[in-house]
Amino acid sequence: MIQIQNVHKSFGDLEVLKGIDLDVEKGEVVSVIGGSGSGKSTLLYCINAIENIQQGRIIVDEIDVHAKETNRDRLRQKLGMVFQQWNSFPHLTVLENAALAPRIVLKLSKKEAIEVAKKELNHVGLGDKFDEYPTRMSGGQQQRLAIARALAMKPDYMLFDEVTSALDPELVGEVLDTLRMLRDDGMTMICVTHEIAFAREVSDKVAFFHQGIIEEIGPPEQVIVSPQKEATQKFLSKVLH
Amino acid sequence: MEYEFHWNIVFQKMPQLLNGAFVTLHVSVLSMLIGIAIAVLLAIAKMSDYKLFSLPATLWVEIARNTPALFQIYMAYFGLGAFGIHLSPYVAVLSALVFVNAGYLTETFRGGFMSIPRTQYSASRSLGMNSVQVYRYIILPQMFRRIYHPMTNQFVWSILMSSLGILVGMDELSGETQRLQSLSFRTLEFFMVAAVMYFLITKLVLFSASLVSQKLFKGDL
Amino acid sequence: MGSSFFTPLSWNDSGFILTGVLNTVTISLVAIIIGTLLGLAIGFIRAEVSRFSNMLLGGVLDVLRSVPLIIQLILFSTYIGAIGHPLDPFVSGSIVLSLYTMAFMSEVFRGGFESVQRSMITAGRSLGMSYWQTVAYIRLPIGLRTVFPSWLGVALSVIKDSALVSVIGYMELLRTSEQLISRTQQPLEILIGVGLFYFIISYPLSLYGKYVERKMSI
Repeated sequence: MIQIQNVHKSFGDLEVLKGIDLDVEKGEVVSVIGGSGSGKSTLLYCINAIENIQQGRIIVDEIDVHAKETNRDRLRQKLGMVFQQWNSFPHLTVLENAALAPRIVLKLSKKEAIEVAKKELNHVGLGDKFDEYPTRMSGGQQQRLAIARALAMKPDYMLFDEVTSALDPELVGEVLDTLRMLRDDGMTMICVTHEIAFAREVSDKVAFFHQGIIEEIGPPEQVIVSPQKEATQKFLSKVLH
Repeated sequence: MEYEFHWNIVFQKMPQLLNGAFVTLHVSVLSMLIGIAIAVLLAIAKMSDYKLFSLPATLWVEIARNTPALFQIYMAYFGLGAFGIHLSPYVAVLSALVFVNAGYLTETFRGGFMSIPRTQYSASRSLGMNSVQVYRYIILPQMFRRIYHPMTNQFVWSILMSSLGILVGMDELSGETQRLQSLSFRTLEFFMVAAVMYFLITKLVLFSASLVSQKLFKGDL
Repeated sequence: MGSSFFTPLSWNDSGFILTGVLNTVTISLVAIIIGTLLGLAIGFIRAEVSRFSNMLLGGVLDVLRSVPLIIQLILFSTYIGAIGHPLDPFVSGSIVLSLYTMAFMSEVFRGGFESVQRSMITAGRSLGMSYWQTVAYIRLPIGLRTVFPSWLGVALSVIKDSALVSVIGYMELLRTSEQLISRTQQPLEILIGVGLFYFIISYPLSLYGKYVERKMSI
């Protein structure tokens, strides 16, 4: 499980996270919603050790993420991450994109790596694109490639950072479908998202971020359908209307 | 007045001309190889936060880009004499070409590096790659594609500019042509053949470069 | 060899050097102006005509870009001498340098013209503009704006390449300094002065070009 305990994070003088506590159980889907600048994406970067923290602890399966002795490359293998921008590797084919990390990080043989990559690409519906170059594909397809690329590392957790925000509206559906599929597979996921309806549908827990703290947290029926806090109500009425 | 062309003498001297062409290629290739090595160091130095490194690199780049190649060759051949350094024509031309190539390529490398989005790095790290792996598999291959074409152009430039060897009595294609024509006074014929040879050399270089790039680079950026 | 044979650099030489400076500036300006005008015309033609004529024209320009300038200069001045119409080095130098400049400028301008979207021209025509009006009011202004940094780059390289006109006897800066060097035997001082001159002209302009480029990319 992922345990986030009293995490503080600043960029210079600007404190972005002001004491975050959050537990994510194995198999759980947690959605993080909130306005831009509320710190929700930063939290994902801290979990993945891309960003350091100033105070508190993040524990992933009993490993303290920010402890000095932690091997961060090893840790990141447990945590798949998909970004707002899909960041495909433009010089590699779709298959090579997905097979590279398993081969050089997990040290699989070339054959095994390709097998794993093909399996995950088929899973996200890119089975007919192995030899295509990502720059020739739509944003939705590239985002699904990014998901398959992360899944090929056999992560225990998946972190999604506004994965549909940069997509044309007609392409959002295919990516959300992929996330639904992952949930049905039992993947543990943290989704930072602007898709409120989606968050309500798939999440076990929804956390509303506001000015660097979790203002409200609970099952979607509570946080999204009948929010208690004024800030939550305000935010939802803004994004839902 | 009609000019009567005599080609026989030129064809008799073909072996010497080809030899000159070989020296031209030789000095250009060498100037590129050394230039690339220096440019890598200069590019790193120029991106450094320490003025101690970045300032000399900037100085090198700007002098190389803002003074004529002929000036640099004179500097190497005549100017260094003031310090008791007397370079052979070959070494003088080579050092001038290296100096310019390194200057231009530094900017090429720096631009290529900076054109790779920072997010490629974080995306790769999130897949568990260490930073050596990120450079080896993600950053450098993409950078190489972007600098390949400018590097080819720089190579062609070196070939053309090595012709300034004629002015310091070097034995590359132009210098050799100059020497041979002065023995027979068939100036036009000799230089026309030299012009054709330069044309063919540059076309050959560009053609092979594009063949190689088709082989190497499949995806587009 | 008596030391009296060489006379050191003195203020009397400044007039001589100044002539060299002026000659370098003159021939560079001539080549840049003529080369720009010809390049503009040819760049426009290349953006307009059929593929075949374009290839033909491109082939000719390609020769100018693939043969060293120094060889072009020698060939031209030898040829006109051989057919009995020798020209002043300034004239020969200007002709060759201008054509050489044209070959590079035409590529710059062709790129500019081709960057103007077809839809803008269609929009102009739909407003009732004639073909030449779309050229004058749409394609030229838009095409020219985008190419300024590359144009400046070519112009700067022409200033530097003008040094080569010395081989056919034109008394530009580098040739005057060469003569001074053989008289004074003070190569380092003179060459550093020459280098500084080019640098002082070229460096600020290249900075300006970079500034414009940055401003346009935002």
